[in-house]
Amino acid sequence: MSSLRVTTIRSEEVKKLLRLERFPHIWCPGCGIGTVVKCYAEAVLKSGIPEEKHVVISGIGCAARAPGYLKLDGLHVLHGRPIPVAVGLKSVKPDLEVTVISGDGDILTIGGNHFIHAIRRNDDINVILINNFIYGMTGGQYGATTPLGAITTTSPYGFIEGSFNVPYLAAALGANFVARWTPLHTKELVDAILKMFKVDGFAIVEIVSPCLIYGEMNNLPPLEMLKLLRERVVIDHEADLSKIDIDLRDPKKPIVVGNFVNRVKPSYQTRYMEIIKKARGGK
Amino acid sequence: MTKANPSIIIVPVKDRIPFNLKKVLKPVGKPIVQVEWCKGCGFCIEFCPIGVLEFSDSVNTWGYQYPRVKAGMEDSCVNCGMCERVCPELAIHVVEESSQSYKVEWIG
Amino acid sequence: MAERISLLEAVEKKEALLEPGVYFMQGNIASAEAALIAGCRFYAGYPITPSNEIAEHMSRRLPQVGGVFIQFEDEIASIMALIGAAYGGVKSMTATSGPGFSLMQEGIGCAFMIEAPIVIVDVQRGGPSTGLPTLVGQGDIMQAKWGSHGDYEIVAYLPSSVQEMFDLTIEAFNAAWEYRVPVIVLTDQRVGQMIEKIEVPPYEEIKIVVRRKPEVPPEEYLPFDSRYLVPPMAAAGEGYRFHVTCLTHDDRGYPTTSHNISRKLVSRLVAKIRENEKVIGRYESYLADDAELIIIAYGITSRAARRAVKEARREGLKVGLFRPITAWPFPYWGLKEHVDRGAELLVVEINMGQIVRVIREYYNNITKIHFMPWAPGEVPRPSDILLKIKEVYPR
Repeated sequence: MSSLRVTTIRSEEVKKLLRLERFPHIWCPGCGIGTVVKCYAEAVLKSGIPEEKHVVISGIGCAARAPGYLKLDGLHVLHGRPIPVAVGLKSVKPDLEVTVISGDGDILTIGGNHFIHAIRRNDDINVILINNFIYGMTGGQYGATTPLGAITTTSPYGFIEGSFNVPYLAAALGANFVARWTPLHTKELVDAILKMFKVDGFAIVEIVSPCLIYGEMNNLPPLEMLKLLRERVVIDHEADLSKIDIDLRDPKKPIVVGNFVNRVKPSYQTRYMEIIKKARGGK
Repeated sequence: MTKANPSIIIVPVKDRIPFNLKKVLKPVGKPIVQVEWCKGCGFCIEFCPIGVLEFSDSVNTWGYQYPRVKAGMEDSCVNCGMCERVCPELAIHVVEESSQSYKVEWIG
Repeated sequence: MAERISLLEAVEKKEALLEPGVYFMQGNIASAEAALIAGCRFYAGYPITPSNEIAEHMSRRLPQVGGVFIQFEDEIASIMALIGAAYGGVKSMTATSGPGFSLMQEGIGCAFMIEAPIVIVDVQRGGPSTGLPTLVGQGDIMQAKWGSHGDYEIVAYLPSSVQEMFDLTIEAFNAAWEYRVPVIVLTDQRVGQMIEKIEVPPYEEIKIVVRRKPEVPPEEYLPFDSRYLVPPMAAAGEGYRFHVTCLTHDDRGYPTTSHNISRKLVSRLVAKIRENEKVIGRYESYLADDAELIIIAYGITSRAARRAVKEARREGLKVGLFRPITAWPFPYWGLKEHVDRGAELLVVEINMGQIVRVIREYYNNITKIHFMPWAPGEVPRPSDILLKIKEVYPR
């Protein structure tokens, strides 16, 4: 069980890590991404790592707009490619704490190949994957996490493909740290991000934050969506990952969240330090 | 404590007044809305445990209806910070006001 | 006279960098060693013939100098990793060939837009598509300039010898970090894999450009300060808290849709190279001053063309050679005096017509431009070129 601290950083303090001149931000009314950015900023303030050492990298999409609102070194690069940029940066500057904040389409669909290989190599990066089950920025097309049967702009008769069970996928590939939370679980989310900073290796938190566009097309107005999350979420850190896939529309299917996996395995960057020693003849 | 007015403690007549009634104070907070940042999602209103907030009658320059404290409930906010926690826009935060003492209402 | 030492000796000694001296070395390896001398400490790549010697050499040498080597899952990841490393303030490089170069195009556009200095060695091979992996081609010239979408400028060098593989790789890093653009070393399979004598000069004689750091405190720093043609570059983790984006952005690095800012940004980005084209663009002439016919050839083809020019001169034909050392910016001004004099041009290249289009762009209605395309897979022999010279020589 994570230790839930009573003393928590209030939003007035968090604001000093945000680019306030750009507020109000572009996310839709009620979108969970704003909350996630707040939680990440809070985790940075609590992490004990100097703020200058935190770097955020993102691709393209709604979630990927997050670095633009954070007063940290940020790179907003091509669609699907934040993970290799993060790996390159971390490999040359291992003292930095590199976090990728991006969406399900960006990281898992077009960026799927980089996702699986970064986990396989166990690159020492943190990934905050904000799963809104759709391609929100481009107008509501389906992606790799859209549930079966969903109505989207490119599946007007219903979605007929399968969708990823993100924690199951990440754990099977061998990620060191895998967790899933929602924007309602602000305390647990901050704790999970703090844990991610400490992991030497690949760490990912998936955040279940359904898109309001998606909800509109599937008869789920924003407040209903939030209440749905509140009612159907079950915290189970020991869950059987093969069974925790998500179907938002089935009222009997719980949404299982928790800190699922916490393995210890040296990262690529740590192992490479050994290679440098070996190459220099043991010096 | 009632949802309607948390500064009142309901005590049945045959019980006694709590020993620490004078020492324990009710925290009081004041929600402050940054009107131009609000997008009218209603999460703060939904998640306030006391029910202190409601939609106001006006909209900001973007056209969103923003919340306000309900009339008569200015002292009811207990500074829990739930609205602040759940707002995705950082448009509402609570400032601490001076705590108040609880009042006793006898019943029975 | 510099000391002669074998490359194997130098590498086995685990000396950090190649000592000044004379070596007998392969083109690809020369490029890799030059990169290390230039300060490259990160290599990200994907195996592709005929560039693998660079990757293999880097995988061995980079940890010796404290650098990092990663073989990524594809070329797309490789080029994005270079951008990440560049923003860590570290010189980074990759090596590829035609098909991999095609995959890297979006990344090149990204590097151009966020002004990340990276170096790509493209060891061209026969194309199109998978083509002839082990044989020479020169078919990526246009792709180097136009392969990505949108308006952008890059610098591309055309080495024609192993010595130039060494020298131009160092120049490529200098151009990248001076102008904050992606730079391509556009070599070919022959030059990359041939083995020749090279001389590594004393380090004091090698010019190396380093990152120009910001001179203002972090609160005043603008990542794309348009008061500069090339803004100073902050690296991650130094406290500047920059935000950069591939979206059209203002000086602060924030995305914008203002047409005014778009105009200013794109104009400045292309001006970085266009305003400096006469400084960056280079060429070499051989016996061109009195030539009636000037051969234009680059890379390995220029070696054969030079021999053809010698043979033609022996037969009394006034032929010369113009060898562009940069494909982009193309040194078109180097031909002007000859064309004004009335010389005709003959372009020889191992493709179906790429540099010849650039020549036509500048000189089409001014002089006759002859063209000798050569299909990829082989270098035209001096005798082939001599035949064409005799066919088109102006009477």
